[in-house]
Amino acid sequence: MQSEMTPRTDAPLLEVRDLQTTFDLSKTQSVRAVDGVSFEVNAGETLAIVGESGSGKSVTSLSIMGLLPKDIGRITAGSIKLNGREISKLSDVQMREIRGKEIGMIFQEPMTSLNPVHTVGQQIGEMVIRHEGLSKSKARARAIEMLDLVGIPEPRRRVDNYPHEMSGGMRQRAMIAMALACEPRILIADEPTTALDVTIQAQMLELMADLQKKLGMAIVFITHDLGVVAEVADRVVVMYAAQVVETAGVVDIFRNPRMPYTAGLMNSIPRLGSSIEKQRLKAIPGTVPALTSLPSGCRFNPRCAFATDLCRSAIPPLEEAGDGHMIRCARWRELTLNEREAS
Amino acid sequence: MTAPLLQVDKLRKFFPIHGGVLRRVVNNVKAVDDISFEIGAGEVVGLVGESGSGKTTVGRTILRLETATSGAVRFQGADVMAMGTQELRRYRKKMQIIFQDPYASLNPREKVREVLTHPLRLHKIGTPSEQEDRAASLLEKVGLSRDHLDRFPHEFSGGQRQRIGIARALAVEPDFIVADEPVSALDVSIQAQVINLLEDLKNDLDLTMLFIAHDLGVVEHICDRVIVMYLGRVMEIATAADLYARPNHPYTQALLSAVPIPEPGRRRSRIVLKGDIPSPINPPSGCVFRTRCPKATEECAKIVPELRKIGEGHLSACIHTT
Repeated sequence: MQSEMTPRTDAPLLEVRDLQTTFDLSKTQSVRAVDGVSFEVNAGETLAIVGESGSGKSVTSLSIMGLLPKDIGRITAGSIKLNGREISKLSDVQMREIRGKEIGMIFQEPMTSLNPVHTVGQQIGEMVIRHEGLSKSKARARAIEMLDLVGIPEPRRRVDNYPHEMSGGMRQRAMIAMALACEPRILIADEPTTALDVTIQAQMLELMADLQKKLGMAIVFITHDLGVVAEVADRVVVMYAAQVVETAGVVDIFRNPRMPYTAGLMNSIPRLGSSIEKQRLKAIPGTVPALTSLPSGCRFNPRCAFATDLCRSAIPPLEEAGDGHMIRCARWRELTLNEREAS
Repeated sequence: MTAPLLQVDKLRKFFPIHGGVLRRVVNNVKAVDDISFEIGAGEVVGLVGESGSGKTTVGRTILRLETATSGAVRFQGADVMAMGTQELRRYRKKMQIIFQDPYASLNPREKVREVLTHPLRLHKIGTPSEQEDRAASLLEKVGLSRDHLDRFPHEFSGGQRQRIGIARALAVEPDFIVADEPVSALDVSIQAQVINLLEDLKNDLDLTMLFIAHDLGVVEHICDRVIVMYLGRVMEIATAADLYARPNHPYTQALLSAVPIPEPGRRRSRIVLKGDIPSPINPPSGCVFRTRCPKATEECAKIVPELRKIGEGHLSACIHTT
C-alpha cells in the first residue's frame, strides 16, 4: 500500500508556528491555553511533548486535530501546516477528511475513540470506506489485516467483536489499528499508555515502535512520563504554563537540561535502583500557576531557584543554543544546572 | 525485629457474584487469596501490583473496611476480625488511611477546619479550642498554614489537597497508616513534594506504613520492604534494595524490566509479557502467573507455589527458583 501523497523532503511534515489557542472560561473571562507554541515534526521521527497538567500539551494536540471543544475553545493566532498545507483554518468537513487519513489519533482511554455499538471490524472498515473508497468486503479484509498487524490473536474472529468483548489491552490495540488503517503519515498519541499497567504499557510501546518501523509514520507522543519519553522520543518539547520552555534532542535534553524547570522535573522523579544510595528527592517547590493568574515575567520564576529581577520583568524569548536546542530562560548562558552524570 | 505491629495471616477476601433467578452465589472474585505478611513497628512496607492484583483490597481488609472471607489480621497482638464495635473504634483511632484521589476523598462542603477536627470530635479528643489548635498545627506540619483553616477543598490544588488528606490521617496520632496510591494522581513535580513530606513524617513521628502503589520507582524510594502481588497472591517479599537488585520471581523480573528508564539509550533488556492479566474470577490453576510466565512448565499448572525463603528476609513463590 503506497500513500499517494507526494513526499517532501525539504519541509517538515508538521509545522506548528506561534500557535495560540484561547478558551473561554465565562462570558467575560478567557485564557490562552496554548500561548505561542512552535515546533516541527519530520517524517518518520517521534516528537514527545512533555508537561504537567495545565501545561497545554493536550490542547496543542486537540488544536492540531481540529478537535477543540466547540464554542469555548478556538485557535486565535498562528499556523499549523501539514505537508506544507495550512490546516488551522479548515472547516469541520475539511478536517474530517484529514483526520484518520493523514493524521491518525490515539487517546488515553480507548473507549473515547471506539464506538460501543459497532464491531471493531465495522469501525476500522468505515475509515477505509470513507477515506479510500474501498468496498465493504475489501474493508473487512483490511480490518482483519490491521488487527493482525497490531497483534490481536485470531483476527478473523475478533473482527466481529464489540469493544466490550475485548480486554483493555486488546481495545488499546484495536484503537491503534483504527488509527493506522489508512496509513497516516503522522500519528498523534495523547497519553496512550498512561492508564495502562506497566507490563501492558511495555507491550504497547513495543508495538508502536514496531509499527513505526514498518509503516514509517511520524509520531507526536504526548505524555507526562519522562521514562516513556526517554524510550520513544527522538526530540522533546517541554511545555510549562501554555508555553514551550525547552526543545532539544532526547539525549541532549536528558543529559544537559538548560531550563531550570526541565532540570527540576528530571530531578524530581524517583528512579529505580536508587535504594542503594537513598537520597531525598529534589522537589520543585510551589505549584503550577493557574492560567488565570500567571506571574509576570518568566512563568516559572516563582518556583525557580535561579530567579532574579530580570526574570520577573519580562517573559524570556525561546532562544537557540545550537544544535536545535531551544531554551526559554533569561539566564541560560550563565547557568550551570547540575548535569546528570552520563553513566 | 521485635514483635510485629501488624500480622496478616492467610488472609482471603472473595467478593461473591450472584446469578440466576434465586440470586445464588454462582462464583467469586478472588481478590485476595491466602496471603500472609508482617509489618514491624516503624517499618514502611510497599505493596505493589498491577490492576486486579488485590493490593487495595488488602489495605481495606486490614482496616476492616471490608470483611475478610477467612484468615486473620492481628494488630499489636489483638485479633482485628473478632473486634466488637467499641473495640473496633479504639482500633480505628490507631490506624488511618490516605486515599489516592485528593478530589474525591474530601467533602466539598466542609471547610478544612471541619475536615481536620472531624476525627478528633469522633474520637472525643480535646476541647473545641484544643481541636482547633491541633488542626492548625497539623496544617503546618504538612506544609500549609493556619490561614487555610477557613478554606474549602476546591480552593486548593491537587497536591495541597493531598496534604490535607495526610493531615487528616495524622489528626488522631495513629500508629499505623495505610496509604493507598497517595501520589499517583499528582503531577511529577508535586509528587516529589508529597513523597518528601511522607518521608519527613515517617522519621519525625516514627510512623508505620503500608504503602500501596503501582509505581515501582516511588515504592523503592520510600519503602524499607516490598511485597509484590499478582492476581490476589503474593509473588515475592524482600527488602527494597534486595528486590530491585536481585528480583527472584519471574513476575517481579518482568515487572521491573517493564519500567521505562528516564535515560535515553539505556534500555534495560526487557521481558515483555504476553497477553493480559487473567480474570480473578477464574484464576489459572497452580501458579496464577503461569499463563504469562516465560519460565512456566507443566508442573506450574499443578502446584500452588509456597512462599519460600531464598535469602535473608527474601521470600519468593516460584517452584523453579532456588
